[in-house]
Amino acid sequence: MGSGVNGMEGGGLDESLAELRQTFRSGKTRTASWRKSQLKALLRLIHENEDKIFEALKHDLGKHAVEAYRDELGVVEKSANNSLSCLDEWMAPKKSKLPLLFFPASAQVLPEPLGLVLILTSWNFPISMALDPVIGAISAGNSVVLKPSEQAPACSSLLAHTIPLYLDSKAIKVIEGGKEISQQLLEQKWDKIFFTGSSSVARIVMSAAAKHLTPVTLELGGKCPVIYDHLSSPSDTEVAVKRIVGGKWGPCNGQACIGVDYVLVEEKYASQAIEMLKKTIKKFYGENPEQLQNISRIVNEHHFQRLRNLIKDPLVADSIVHGGLIDEEKLFIEPTILLDPPLDADIMTEEIFGPLLPIITLKNIEESIEFINSRPKPLALYAFTKNEAFKRRILSETSSGSVTFNDIMVQFLCDTLPFGGVGESGFGSYHGKYSFDNFSHGKAVLQRYFFLELEPRFPPWNDFKMNFIRLAYKFDYLGLILLLLGLSRD
Amino acid sequence: MGTLSVNLLHFCSVDGGYTRSLRNQFPKKRNLLLPIPVLNKQKRLQFAHSSFICSAALAVMPDEIKKVFDIESAASLMKELRGSFNSGKTKSYEWRITQLKGIEKMIDEREKEILEALRKDLSKPEAEAFMSEISMTKGACKSALKELSHWMKPKKAKTSITTYPSSAEIMSEPLGVVLIISPWNFPFCQLLSVDPVIGAIAAGNAVVLKPSEIAPAASNLLSKLFEEYLDNSSIRVVEGAVPETTALLEQKWDKIFYTGSSRVGRIIMAAAAKHLTPITLELGGKCPVVVDSNVNLQVAVRRIIAGKWACNDGQACVAPDYIITTKDFAPKLIDVMRHELEEFFGKNPMESEDMSRIVSVQHFKRLTNLLDEDNVSDKIIFGGQRDENRLKIAPTVLLDVPEDTEIMREEIFGPLLPILTVEKLEESFNVINSKPKPLAAYLFSENKQLHKDFVNNISAGGMLINDTILHLTVSSLPFGGVGESGMGSYHGKFSFDTFSHKKAVLCRGFGGESSARYPPYTPRKLKLLKTLNSGNILSILLALLGFSKD
Repeated sequence: MGSGVNGMEGGGLDESLAELRQTFRSGKTRTASWRKSQLKALLRLIHENEDKIFEALKHDLGKHAVEAYRDELGVVEKSANNSLSCLDEWMAPKKSKLPLLFFPASAQVLPEPLGLVLILTSWNFPISMALDPVIGAISAGNSVVLKPSEQAPACSSLLAHTIPLYLDSKAIKVIEGGKEISQQLLEQKWDKIFFTGSSSVARIVMSAAAKHLTPVTLELGGKCPVIYDHLSSPSDTEVAVKRIVGGKWGPCNGQACIGVDYVLVEEKYASQAIEMLKKTIKKFYGENPEQLQNISRIVNEHHFQRLRNLIKDPLVADSIVHGGLIDEEKLFIEPTILLDPPLDADIMTEEIFGPLLPIITLKNIEESIEFINSRPKPLALYAFTKNEAFKRRILSETSSGSVTFNDIMVQFLCDTLPFGGVGESGFGSYHGKYSFDNFSHGKAVLQRYFFLELEPRFPPWNDFKMNFIRLAYKFDYLGLILLLLGLSRD
Repeated sequence: MGTLSVNLLHFCSVDGGYTRSLRNQFPKKRNLLLPIPVLNKQKRLQFAHSSFICSAALAVMPDEIKKVFDIESAASLMKELRGSFNSGKTKSYEWRITQLKGIEKMIDEREKEILEALRKDLSKPEAEAFMSEISMTKGACKSALKELSHWMKPKKAKTSITTYPSSAEIMSEPLGVVLIISPWNFPFCQLLSVDPVIGAIAAGNAVVLKPSEIAPAASNLLSKLFEEYLDNSSIRVVEGAVPETTALLEQKWDKIFYTGSSRVGRIIMAAAAKHLTPITLELGGKCPVVVDSNVNLQVAVRRIIAGKWACNDGQACVAPDYIITTKDFAPKLIDVMRHELEEFFGKNPMESEDMSRIVSVQHFKRLTNLLDEDNVSDKIIFGGQRDENRLKIAPTVLLDVPEDTEIMREEIFGPLLPILTVEKLEESFNVINSKPKPLAAYLFSENKQLHKDFVNNISAGGMLINDTILHLTVSSLPFGGVGESGMGSYHGKFSFDTFSHKKAVLCRGFGGESSARYPPYTPRKLKLLKTLNSGNILSILLALLGFSKD
């Protein structure tokens, strides 16, 4: 994997960044017309290169085209369209209310671009996790460097080669490379760093950002739990199980930050749940575990070994109730269900990020609140329940990036909801208007005029002025008038 | 041990309200705990069990107790506060309201002591202290009390066809245990100490406030008053300097809110990175004032003076740092400024009671060093008098100081005001943009086009046209920096948001199941997903029926 800056023959990093900064300073990226033209170009890029993108995703992750469209191209398309249709509204300054005391004056909050931003992305959704934030950065009028993950090399290279053909390469550049390039990039002074990945790398990113006081958004992961309450209707149960299976093994075979990590279920319903999960897995991915269809593979050898080690522990291996088949050559791991693995094993203390699904049984489903609260805050929390009181308890007593009732992962598709973590799952959010805000500075602008001067603001101080200020801060207009007339209410 | 009991007694006898409020807030059990450290003759104070006594003693004998506050005490303090937070009590609307009312009451009842502390630390004139500290905090408290139920209510969000049928909302939840590190320039109330505390409480967090040690009287008083008026199981003051702050920063906080210098801002952010703690940094910067020649000069100058010397003697993060005006206009500006300064502070400003002093010897030296640099000292138009004993420097105006001097590179944070001149006012944009982004930028002009250009071409935390510093009293505007002047914002609802996590909540029903989401995947499913994504209802219906518009 070569590293280099595309759209710049032989140019070094410093020169590229200087060019990007120069473009930003020229004011070109601030215009609505530039932002829109770039978003449209991005849409064209997606449409005209659909097959190549499918191919690259197949190469890097074995993603099926439908899955690739649903989780990658579709997401980008939807985001770009949404931005295009809302951009004028987002860019307009927002009026703020002012107390009468300030009269005559007007106040507004004006969104302005931050400058040059760095977007560091992950390998599991190498297209959408890269382009979705880029859409936000462009919409907000920034110049952008995108560093795709080197662990999805085909997608990284595709982005590096196609983006310069469609987007303004004086303002948007793709820089490919591994750790070394990332380190070089992090030494630079950015106006914002947007990072998607693991919490260990996030710490490095934030420490580097601290040197330049660069604001960061960290999109991390965590162990996203599913609370699976008993549903009395069989058809609801069927839908719930479908959604869990689709949410666990569907998006990149569990290698997703908001994918299901483990399921909490009451003891007495565990076996029924497992039977239904098994049945649905077969229906979705086929009967023969050696030739499963429609499922992504593990990204690389490193992650394959990591996942294999998670189930090596004999106590963990003993808890496998379904699957467990692994094929090192194809980097494939079968959808695997474990029942009550030891809670202190790695599989229950680390984010799984793969096709292993522990089922944890509880005496009472309400214990799940305590179970979740005793672990770091996850990016997403899922609960299948029709019990409204329990829903309210979940909402008010647990903390997570998001909560979704009765479905998995669909919150990601809601542009009206902020997508982001809390605590160990990161901070800062994006999607829709939140992406725009993430890459903008809301500048407070207050406009005053020269007439109507409030003398008591100024020294030399005296008792009259003190009284005036007291009343003014209470917005006690009657008191102020009385004071000005030399009267007093007392 | 003797000193401890003496201090305890001393504290109780000095302040009758202490025991009373204690009884009110904590029934018998807490009273029993009170004398434990004394009776047990423990050598070291246990923060976790005797917070009352510990911080009570802090107010009386900071030096001795300060040594006690190390990483271990910070950890046990954190453990205690986390326990309170986890109990869920700070999340309730009632708790938040009670605490906010406590702050309101504290300010009402103890205004005199607060003003006294500010006079001790900064010789702050009463009216100024009232204007910039007390009243603002009261205002913030009032608006939080009034708006809280509205702020806490989840906001509905629209859902799209992709997730139909569903409903969505955004819920504000507290972050957890937060640390607020505040500066010395507005040590008490204003924005800088109590104002963020109001935001943190309103959002339902447990709070530790670390006031600046450079304003010791205010720090002391805050520690004393917080203990008396607020719920100490969830809200604490830790006094101290670098070692205490370092001990605090070792802990895992759920948010750190820091106001101060960008140098320390970097240290705070690096420490926060270890625990992935989100931060808000309220820093400063060189806030420029651009003055056009078409303005009502008297009004403009008075407003500049109000923001510079009548607001903590220039020791404010939003204080005008330097002026840019045209070459021709500068002499007029200087004349009016000289005249108005005399109106405000008299013929001899060194004797004026209406101006704060420099906070410490260290800062006094820093400022006089700025003035004494070659190429600077000969640029003084008026002022320049200094009195190290009283830590006073006269309002000093300088003309056309070279850009490469310290005074033009560093934030001045004091009563010195350089005036730069340009041929055409538009050139001021380049001057400002060549420096790090300031927290505030000011323009005085009657020219509408210039207003527009100024707002569009200059990046700053906030902007105020035809006045100075007033924008920070507007609670409907976010107050915060950008670039070198910081990140994150607060005031009013923005404070609440700064200390909240916006949790996305999506509720789905079990109906409306689309098989296209699930494997086995087919070309038809791909087509359906594409049309679903387009949001075109007709196409979706056609696709579902197996037709196509193409």
